[in-house]
Amino acid sequence: MAKKFMYINRKAPYGTVYALESLEVVLIGAAFDQDVSLAFIGDGVYQLTKGQNTKAIGQKNFSPVYMALGDYDVNKIYVEKESLEERGLSLEDLQHLVWEDEDNDYEEKDSIRLVSRAELTDVLDEQEVILSF
Amino acid sequence: MALLHTVNKSPFESNTFDACLGLAKSGSTVLLIEDGVYAATTGNSVADKIKNAAGINFCVLGPDLQARGVEEKLAEGIKVVDYEGFVDLVAEHDAVQAWL
Repeated sequence: MAKKFMYINRKAPYGTVYALESLEVVLIGAAFDQDVSLAFIGDGVYQLTKGQNTKAIGQKNFSPVYMALGDYDVNKIYVEKESLEERGLSLEDLQHLVWEDEDNDYEEKDSIRLVSRAELTDVLDEQEVILSF
Repeated sequence: MALLHTVNKSPFESNTFDACLGLAKSGSTVLLIEDGVYAATTGNSVADKIKNAAGINFCVLGPDLQARGVEEKLAEGIKVVDYEGFVDLVAEHDAVQAWL
């Protein structure tokens, strides 16, 4: 039976390995047909910035993988509004993540849900398994 | 005597940047690297700290800015250097303090 899985992402990418490790575990969870949600809070919001170019630091740019999450039915991506604002960012600075709704003529829908801290509190409260990165 | 300070932690998740500013003398240089580069971006809650740190030269490592997709958010008055520029900074200063 599918459980509600929440992955909490709190670290910036590249400086530590947390962001990449989280992404790998998310894809594994999705392959087992679980009900997956992702939350990006604190410096975790930096994982989703567009225009990442890691050529000069010699690390793999894993940011395009976030674009593929919709194909794995990972389409509930919660971004905390307060965390974006504290960092001078807006949704415009993030990648535009979408998924195709097969029950609705494969209509393209937004995966990112911009939520307040208070709203995220309620989302967390509904989860059955929480993994923190 | 001028020191080169390097900061590699995000200013939002650690007090490393504040600790550095607290002990960096006028005339010294602070180089932001790795997750420290977020301190060089504009429009956030730490931007004023660089503005108010008179007499300190701020530099940021370009490759780390590019990797994180925040190059266009760079605040004014901060010099972007590459790895060769990093080496030059080390050679130009009397000592390096790496704030970890």
